[in-house]
Amino acid sequence: MQFQILINIVIAFIWMLLQNNFSGVTFAIGYIVGLGMLWLMRRFLRESFYFRRVIAFVKLLGLFIYKLILANYDVIKIIVKPKMDIQPGIIAVPTKLKSEWEKTLLANLISLTPGTLTMDFSEDGQTLFIHSIHVPDKEEAIREIHESFERAILEVTE
Amino acid sequence: MIVEVIISIFLLLGGILSFLGSVGILRFPDVYGRLHAATKSATLGVIGIVLATFLYFLVIHDLFVGKLLLGIVFVFLTAPVGAFMISRAAYRTGVPLSSMTQQDDLKAFMKKDATK
Repeated sequence: MQFQILINIVIAFIWMLLQNNFSGVTFAIGYIVGLGMLWLMRRFLRESFYFRRVIAFVKLLGLFIYKLILANYDVIKIIVKPKMDIQPGIIAVPTKLKSEWEKTLLANLISLTPGTLTMDFSEDGQTLFIHSIHVPDKEEAIREIHESFERAILEVTE
Repeated sequence: MIVEVIISIFLLLGGILSFLGSVGILRFPDVYGRLHAATKSATLGVIGIVLATFLYFLVIHDLFVGKLLLGIVFVFLTAPVGAFMISRAAYRTGVPLSSMTQQDDLKAFMKKDATK
């Protein structure tokens, strides 16, 4: 992946030299041209095309912003309700993610989405303890985390 | 002007969210519930206000203030870590959960941890 980015930057510099114009815009155009060249050559690369990961990351970001707004609305509904009929609880969520970096990302994303808050890790790091403000159905909450954030993170890192 | 309307909407949203977050801190029953209100609604509130400031300088004064965008990034980085540390410390020092709590998976885990 680093090798591909290096090639891409070199192509952008060559583009700048060919255009004899050393501005940021020319660099950006050269970078895009390099992306196109790498995409055409993707079957000769040893690893998969790195920009696929960038797209997956942007998708993760979009999913996160969508969830952030949705969940904020839910919490605000709870806050302004005259009578507070919530069922808070701590649930254990097992995770498939391996590296520390992925798990940190997952924990932070869970914490930033309102209604859920990462509290602790188990000793082996494969279980997250999450405090949720309203858990009528525990299985449902676990499934939702698995299907949204965990899958999106796996797409970025694999 | 349409841009001014958009900026005002962002400012208002940020203000309202921050206010509701404060109300949440007062209304939730225990530490953990309060952390939800303090770290989340407030985060989106701050982001709304910062985005409004960013748009104002970008459109009205024609200035690209990258520091404001960096501010959003740092709020996103620090808020969850802070909430994580506070709730973890609270649970480990024995701050009780509210009586409304339905389940506590962490309790069994902590007991196992203590007997080791």
